[in-house]
Amino acid sequence: MKNIILHINKAFDHRVRLGIMSILMVNECADFNRLKELLGITDGNLASHIKALEKLEYLLVKKQFIGRKPNTKYYATKLGKVEFKKHINALEKLIRNT
Amino acid sequence: MLRDTKIFIYFAIQSSLKMSNKNYLKDISEIKDLMNKSSKFISLSGLSGIMAGVYALIGAGYAYWLVENSKRGYLILDGRVFRLILLDLFIVAALSILTAIYLTSKKAKKNNENIWNETSIRLLKNFLIPLLSGGIYILIILNQQRYGQTGALMLLFYGISLVNASNFTFRNIKYLGYSEILLGLLSAIIPGYGFWFWVIGFGFFHIIYGSIMYFKYDKE
Repeated sequence: MKNIILHINKAFDHRVRLGIMSILMVNECADFNRLKELLGITDGNLASHIKALEKLEYLLVKKQFIGRKPNTKYYATKLGKVEFKKHINALEKLIRNT
Repeated sequence: MLRDTKIFIYFAIQSSLKMSNKNYLKDISEIKDLMNKSSKFISLSGLSGIMAGVYALIGAGYAYWLVENSKRGYLILDGRVFRLILLDLFIVAALSILTAIYLTSKKAKKNNENIWNETSIRLLKNFLIPLLSGGIYILIILNQQRYGQTGALMLLFYGISLVNASNFTFRNIKYLGYSEILLGLLSAIIPGYGFWFWVIGFGFFHIIYGSIMYFKYDKE
């Protein structure tokens, strides 16, 4: 039991961060507006959670221009994907055990 | 007294475990939901499949009537009847596409999904690349007077397009794809019945699968 709890990742303990990672696991990348549309939250809220994930290096930010408009794309890093998988496995074990 | 506290602690731990368990379950279902929503276009309308089947049957009926009532009773490539049949096919395809776009955008509105988003564009791309390649190929060989396998080729390419597109929408669509591929191959083995295989594949299969989709996903 203790082992499983060790794998529960505090970084994914929030709905929005969990959501961002879920989207980036199955999509190569996503831009800010797409994440906002899928998660249904405000700009500021999303930005702060993105920053938190970026700080942990679970998320990669690539800025570019489409024509004249700036466009920021987000990718899940290898580390982020591994940690997310661990987290999900732990969740599933916890559910099964109780 | 001590025993009471112990029991109390036991129940407190139990209930908190149960509560977090419920939260984890919610987490998992939310993860699944977001993964689906972000990678698949789920507003495809089953009703549009049914309608496509109905159009195909009407179109086939008209083509059959045309050939039966022509002087020769069979098709030649540069005749008036042949051109009418091509037009007939074109109208069936156009009507099916327009109906699909109309019904799908209606359903997308209900699902609060944009009809032109990343997932729908990805779906369309993966559907159209094999379909258009096949369509152009069929037109090329028709121009070379080789039209014996037209029905089989149409079924085959349509099936491949569906299987290819199924990764980006409801998974069940791939079963319709497999059926069309199988039917296409069968039609190639048994020449001369291309018309009837076409009627089964584009008419009846669409109506059957469209109804399944409709009752499974549209009606809620």
